[in-house]
Order: sequence, then C-alpha cells, then structure tokens
Amino acid sequence: MRKALSPAARKEQHWAWLMVAPTIIGLLVLNYYPLIQTFILSFSKTKTFGASTFNGINNYIEMFQSPEFWKATWNTILFCILTVPVGIILALLVAILLNAKVKFKSGFRAIYFLPMVCAPAAIAMVWRWMFNGEYGIINTVLGTKISWLTDSKTAIVACAIVAIWSSIGYDAVLLLSGLQNISKSYYEAARIDGASRVKQFFSITLPMISPTLFVTLIMRLMSSLKVYDLIYMMIDQSNPVLPDVQSLMYLFYREAFVAGNKGYASAIVIWTIFLIGIVTVIQFIGQKKWVNYDV
Amino acid sequence: MKTGTMSRSRGVATGLTYFFLIVGSLLMIFPFVWMILTSLKSLAESVQVPPTIFPAKIVWSNFGEALTSLPFVNLYANTIIMVLVRVICAIVFSSMAGYAFAKLNFKGKNVLFGLVLVQMMMPSQIFVIPQYQMLAKVGLTESIFALIFPGLVSAFGTFFLRQAYMGIPNEIGEAARLDGCNQWQTFTKVMLPLTGNSVAALTIFTAVFAYADLMWPLVVNTDINLMTLSSGLATLKGQFMTNYPVLMAGSLFAMIPMLILYLIFQRQFIEGIALTGGK
Repeated sequence: MRKALSPAARKEQHWAWLMVAPTIIGLLVLNYYPLIQTFILSFSKTKTFGASTFNGINNYIEMFQSPEFWKATWNTILFCILTVPVGIILALLVAILLNAKVKFKSGFRAIYFLPMVCAPAAIAMVWRWMFNGEYGIINTVLGTKISWLTDSKTAIVACAIVAIWSSIGYDAVLLLSGLQNISKSYYEAARIDGASRVKQFFSITLPMISPTLFVTLIMRLMSSLKVYDLIYMMIDQSNPVLPDVQSLMYLFYREAFVAGNKGYASAIVIWTIFLIGIVTVIQFIGQKKWVNYDV
Repeated sequence: MKTGTMSRSRGVATGLTYFFLIVGSLLMIFPFVWMILTSLKSLAESVQVPPTIFPAKIVWSNFGEALTSLPFVNLYANTIIMVLVRVICAIVFSSMAGYAFAKLNFKGKNVLFGLVLVQMMMPSQIFVIPQYQMLAKVGLTESIFALIFPGLVSAFGTFFLRQAYMGIPNEIGEAARLDGCNQWQTFTKVMLPLTGNSVAALTIFTAVFAYADLMWPLVVNTDINLMTLSSGLATLKGQFMTNYPVLMAGSLFAMIPMLILYLIFQRQFIEGIALTGGK
C-alpha cells in the first residue's frame, strides 16, 4: 500500500536523481569499485602486467612475518607520537597568542599559515638542505655535527620537525576559530571572581575549545598515519636509513609501484586502514572523558 | 596602586605575546628566506664553511639551470590544467548533488548520501592501485587526463556544499517556485548564487590539495613532460643530488604560482580552509 507520488513530487525526484547522478556514478567508478578491487588484490598474487591469481591469505602471512613491515608500522606510530602532541600544543599556543589583542594579527596569521600553500615537495627540499650534515645551517646554528638525515636515530626526528613546522599554522587557524567562539562574558565573570589567567585557561578556555581540539586532533592523527610525501622527499630510496624512517604508505608506494607487488601492497593498505580505524575508535571512546559538548 | 600593578602585568603579558609571536614568525619564515638566499649563491659559496648568510656575489645562473633541466612550461601548464579541471568538476558536480541532498526529496537519498559519507572517511591510498590499473587498461596513463582522473568527483565537496544548502531557508526556494521557476532555475538562479562563500572555500581547498598531491602524479605519469610541479620537483631532486642552489631555484619556481595567489587572496585562503577543515 505505497502512496503514489504526486506528479510534482515525481518530477522533483527525477530532477534529484539527475543531479546526484554524476557524483554517485563517479564515486562508484572511482572509489567503490577500486575499494573492492584493493580488497580482492590483497588476497591475490600479482604477476607482471595486471594478471593476478588468488592466493588466499599468503600476502598477509608474508606481511606479518616481515620485519620491514613491522618496522614501518612502528615508524608510522612513532611519527604520530613525535608530531601530533607537540604540534597540537604549539598550534594551541599560537592560536591563543593570535586571539589576544595584538596588532598585525592577520599578518601573523598569514605567516604561520604559509607552509599550507606550499607543495610539500618544495618545503621538504629546503629542509633537506638545512638539515644537511656537512653544510646545513641547522648544524651551524646549533654548533653540532649531526648527520641528521643519514643517522638512523635522528632521521625520523628531522622529518617530525618538518611535519610540525608545516602543520602548526593550519591547526592554529582551526583552533583560533574555536577560541573566537568563546563568549567574552565567561572571562569577565572569572575576572570578577578573581580567577588567575592560568585558572581561566584550564577552567574556561580548555573545556570550551575541547570540541575543536578533538576535531583537530582526529584530523592530524589521520593525516600523520598516512604520511608519505614528506618522508619520500626527505629520505631517498637509496638512503641507508630508509628502513628506520619509512612509513607504511612509503612502504606501500615502493611495493606497489617500484617493486610491482600490487597484491602485497594492497595488504599493507588494508592494514593501514585497520590501524586508522582502531586509532579513531580509541579517540571516540576517549573523547567522552575530556571533550565537553554541553555548551 | 592596584590598577598600576594590573596594567604593568598586562603590559608584560602583551610584551611576551609579541615576543613569542615574532620569534615564531621568524622560525616560520626562515626556511623561505634561506631558500631564496641559497638560490642566489654559487655552488662553491653554498658549501663554504662557515656558511655565508648573504651571497657574496649574486648568481642568477641557478634559475637558468633549473629551467633547462626541467620543462617548467609544461609543468606549469599541466598543474594549472589539473587544478582548474578538478576545481570545476568539484564545484559543478558537488553543487548539484549537494543541492539535491539538502533540498529535494527522492527515493534512495539516505543510502546514496551514505556512499558520500563513507568515501570521505577512507584514505585515498586505498584507491590508488585499482585507479592506476583502470587507466592502464585503457591506455590512459601518461596523459593529462590521468592527472585529473581521481578528482573528477568530490565526496567532500558534496558533503560540504550540502551543509551550505541546508543553511538556506526552504522559504527562499518555495518563493522562487511560486514565481514560476522550475527546479533547475530555482537551483541555478536562486540557490546557487547564495552559496558563494562555500564555493570559494571549496575552490581553494580543492586547488591547494590538488597542487600539493605527490603520490598520484608520480605514479601515473613518468614522462617528465606530463608531470606536475610537485612530481617534477621530486625528479629534479634525483638529478641534482647535492647542487642545492639549483634545487632551491627549482623549488622557488614550483612555489611561486600558489604563493602569488596566496598573497592576493590571503584572507579567503585562510578563512576558506578554516571553514572546510572545521566541519
């Protein structure tokens, strides 16, 4: 007993289908078909030029037995640990400074945001030069003789520094828009009560900005777990420290498009998605403890 | 007395604010300054110990060398075409779909919108191998179309513009219909012009990310004449391993188009990206 649509409603429906058609067809061809393909490929052995045969969970077995794979997983997690907390805290600091009554506010904001509009390829290039062990300006300034990019201990630290430098402005702009939404009256009330600035920060600013902070954190974690371009540009494939720095997506790129193991590479991608899923779930469970939505 | 100490402590706080902001700004700008200074030095001067800050003698030849080792005209053209087509596709298709999802009733709406949402949550790398294989099968790798291909539609754009249309009161569309507009006219003449800010934000967002993308152009086009600025620069790195003045000159060439746009539309860039990211 379905109610027949009126002619006008039917017409509306036809228009709607027509208008979503390009996007939906595009998503099916460009994303959903490839998604299924990647999944199937991860259970296949690929030969040269496209042909592939089913080989069960062998790619996964091979992957879980590979020290290089586990090292890449650890490198990816380490990269997140090194970049995300420090990056977010610095971004919050910049956002708070920019939220104060300062002159040239938009000028400062524009400067911090600058790395966002530069291709990571170009940015990595100048940092490679600054981190250069023999002639780099960073060693000169610090008075050190560290081979930043060719020492297995420092290479990932150098990459993390560049990642933090690149993302501070973007995260700060997001956090700044959160700070600007906090009503001034809260601070006035706190001042009348004689609350110190530090107290105001922890009892007003932090809870009020926690939803924005949460979004920023999720976005930063997701993009750090997928890091590729920056490390690719900083650490060449011929660099002996590559195994100590290469992220999962770097390993994926090399397996899929340098070594030609598309099946094995697909298993790596599936694993990465799994990892991202776990981290996201943990975040969403953890947020209940610190994110404050009742404003 | 009390107000005196308060204003003094406020003065100190303001001073510290400026101090940290300026120190931070210098750290942000320094790599760019160093890039420019290095690009103007001779190779010999660039590896001098201790290093010079300003070039003893300004050398312009690094720019010439970068220009002759990479086909920059092609790289610029390819990048501009890729960015432009991706932006146009994102705006046209996402506006249509975003409007339909926000304002029209149709069967399958929730399921189809679910497809949009789920795609947004997946990292693009999961699509790369099959997308590459699809193009390879029809012989379309090594082409400008290949650069555009993954950006033909935008799930994020659809979601984002749907939000924009949700913010427009239904009465406006109804009034247009009463005035005799059909569905398409209501969309193009009345509703679409009201989403200007969001369309601008989506334009900037799409352009910045397409321009920065490295893996896809690197994978799909290996012919240097068909590369983008990003993937071309990655190739230059291989050629001039340690000739940093030339590498810096090449990096400057690659950065300049977006930097100029940024200087002109600085506010739109920042607000656009804050708008797209904050959602």
